[in-house]
Amino acid sequence: MEAIVDQPRVHYINKEYGVKSWLLTVDHKRIALLYLASVTLFFFLGGAFAVALRLELMTPQGDLMQAETYNRMFTMHGVVMVFFFLIPGIPAVLGNFLVPLMIGARDLAFPRLNLLSWYIYNVGAIFTLYAIISGGVDTGWTFYTPYSTTYSSSNVLLTGIGIFITGFSSILTGLNFIVTIHTMRAPGMTWFRLPLFIWSHYATSLIMILGTPVVAITVLLLALERIARVGIFDPALGGDPILFQHLFWFYSHPAVYIMVLPAMGVVSELIANFARKNIFGYKFVAFASMAIAVFGFLVWGHHMFTSSQSVYAGMIFSFLSFAVAIPSAVKVFNWTATLYKSSISYSTPLLYALGFIGLFTIGGMTGLFLAAAGLDIHVHDTYFVVAHFHYVMVGGTLMAYMGGLHYWWPKITGRMYPEGWAKFSALIIFVGFNLTFFPQFILGYQGMPRRYYAYPPEFQVLNVMSTAGASILGFGVLFPMVYFVWSMRYGKVPADNPWGAFGLEWQTSSPPPTENFKQTPVVTWEAYEFSPRDKMEILGLRGVEETKV
Amino acid sequence: MQTLPMMPEQASTAASEVDALYIFLVALTTVFAILIAGAIVYFAVKYRRRSPQDLPRPIEGALKLEIFWSVIPFIISMGIFAWGTSIYFKQYRMPAEAMEIYVVGKQWMWKFQHIEGQREINELHIPLGRKVKLTMTTEDVIHSLYIPAFRVKTDVVPGKYTSLWFEATKAGRYHLFCAEYCGTNHSGMIGWIEVMEPPDYQAWLAGGKQEGSLAQAGEKLFQSLACANCHKSDQAGKGPALDDLFGSVVALQGGQTVTADVEYIRESILNPQAKIVAGFPRPQMPASMPTFQGLVTEEQMLQLIEYIKSLKTKQGASAQPTQPQASETGAGKPQK
Repeated sequence: MEAIVDQPRVHYINKEYGVKSWLLTVDHKRIALLYLASVTLFFFLGGAFAVALRLELMTPQGDLMQAETYNRMFTMHGVVMVFFFLIPGIPAVLGNFLVPLMIGARDLAFPRLNLLSWYIYNVGAIFTLYAIISGGVDTGWTFYTPYSTTYSSSNVLLTGIGIFITGFSSILTGLNFIVTIHTMRAPGMTWFRLPLFIWSHYATSLIMILGTPVVAITVLLLALERIARVGIFDPALGGDPILFQHLFWFYSHPAVYIMVLPAMGVVSELIANFARKNIFGYKFVAFASMAIAVFGFLVWGHHMFTSSQSVYAGMIFSFLSFAVAIPSAVKVFNWTATLYKSSISYSTPLLYALGFIGLFTIGGMTGLFLAAAGLDIHVHDTYFVVAHFHYVMVGGTLMAYMGGLHYWWPKITGRMYPEGWAKFSALIIFVGFNLTFFPQFILGYQGMPRRYYAYPPEFQVLNVMSTAGASILGFGVLFPMVYFVWSMRYGKVPADNPWGAFGLEWQTSSPPPTENFKQTPVVTWEAYEFSPRDKMEILGLRGVEETKV
Repeated sequence: MQTLPMMPEQASTAASEVDALYIFLVALTTVFAILIAGAIVYFAVKYRRRSPQDLPRPIEGALKLEIFWSVIPFIISMGIFAWGTSIYFKQYRMPAEAMEIYVVGKQWMWKFQHIEGQREINELHIPLGRKVKLTMTTEDVIHSLYIPAFRVKTDVVPGKYTSLWFEATKAGRYHLFCAEYCGTNHSGMIGWIEVMEPPDYQAWLAGGKQEGSLAQAGEKLFQSLACANCHKSDQAGKGPALDDLFGSVVALQGGQTVTADVEYIRESILNPQAKIVAGFPRPQMPASMPTFQGLVTEEQMLQLIEYIKSLKTKQGASAQPTQPQASETGAGKPQK
């Protein structure tokens, strides 16, 4: 802390000024901030659609907008949130910023590709925005055929092009992470000394590289049928509409893990650092990420239990879906066990991490209801499913993203966010979230189908509760937006390592210099080594007795 | 509405089975949620940081615990898997003795055709206590027929037949929804299932203008589309005779066989060259059947199928002894 205070230290933000220095930067930290700007914009756009949807659903009959408008709203809510916020969110912002810092590297392996990926994202985003402004798209984010290829008169192609292009930014980011993690770890940073954030980003990158080309091909086939009337999916042209569902979910189910695995990585960091403790069962948590990435490719058919696929296929997909739940459960148990005999500080990031565990657990366990094929027949395509995946996507990914932003905010900006406001809004978000989505489980079991613009009056009470929750949630996410911006100028200037955390990213100054580390660090410690290793206990084995002195 | 019901009415044999699994899962997951949340809250309070210098002793982990909390959830989940799958199989294997009703979905309405000839739109009358099988298709996009009170749902897919069965256990009026997003008026593609006491149902069937049964309508079509010119029942036509065809096993050119179910008949009308019966075209009268794609609506197709089903010679049962395999959608069950 005895750093020179008179002269401002040169770091990655104040090194250069001007628009050009940002738009042509190859610094992973600056690119992360560019991504932060882009995904924040899309988050609020997607959020605005959600607010409009919830307002319409306050009353059973349609009144605020036309059915056609409503259908476009929910489609664009899904497209924007999935492809432009949830998928790039944590990897492209926090991952971009932290992967090199956490492994002691100067930058990602391909800095120019990294910048290119941001431009590709934005080109895709412009197509999608243009599709939205020029009338929108009404197929649902799932683009089921033959509705999307033959019947819809909305901007399916423009949106498809947007998604197709954006996919390449995802592929490039994944490629960059994999090469960086393989080749650029600092001396001594062995695979099992990597923070779990890195393991989960590694697993995520594998899915990005292997899965994204499939959705790209699917979108191309869809375009081919829509433009050239080549019969691929539409039975009137000799195609098979169910084939589309297979192709779509082959990517889009693993895509769920692209959204949630990085979130799990963030949560591991938050738990370890605010409990000042190494993650219980580190290797199991690391391998769980890999298991999820691999098994995640084998469960797509659980979206199709009622689609008329063979019952034997349904049975196998049901089995595999239960199997993929186990590594997620193992993670939750290990995080919980990490808290045992720890030293917990209730800072905002930890609140988000605990919120994540609670909500993700509910999201995951309701997944068991849906994986049970016979029960899924009833709740498939109802609000039960809507509630389930929002618990995973919002309760999981968004909570972790917010927690991570708070935790690394002093690292990224060199400023502290206001703790009181942050805790307050974390609470608001948690309450608003549950009030929005918990009633939807009941609505779904009662039988309210999703994507309904108008609904029978007996569903109104729960819908009103949900809308009330959404308005609270909406306010909750506005607060951080305001105080984060405020803190960039007025926030307290923290020490380089305000949390007393142990990761490599905290061993350099905050904000870090462009080259990240003044000299290449040499790692001689394990991940999350807050106190000497030789004092370590091994629970449940003879270790306890032996290490007692 | 004073109370908030947690589930829709139980009005079918499947409903209580699905609800039993649901209630079990709610209980199970509640227990797990309480255990996890309880542990987190307990740890969070007990191990709160007491001084900034706190440095807890690290814990490596415990293999036994890891095995314990991987294996136990796996075993439990396999139990749920087996339970869920048994319901699934029961739901998607069609009972042989069910009465059949045909469904055609289109943007944005449900059209129902009873074998006896009654047609309904967005409303379906069915008798209490009888197994009912719906054979469904659509004229345009994918729909999904969903009856929450029966806990049943099956997607309705263009270009093929899907099916769904239920047995109502309680008279009354229940919601019928389209569950697969199908365009602008998706949320308007709803209707009612009217479950009636069997005598009331018989009275309902007898009432109204009778246009003749579905098979009779099919017979008229069979004549007007000139099918009868080639498919003669005396085996003298250009095409194979259709008597006793339905449910039988047909030998095809090239040595394969196919069960003559609804899918086969549909395909043979729309794409006649796809599967050609062995021995055809007859050497002495070369001919190939034209496609009827675009000439036959989905509803007319069902009438034709019902007519072909009705073609039984007197000693039909013994003439066609083969028993087709029950396909998993149950579409190929023979009519006894």
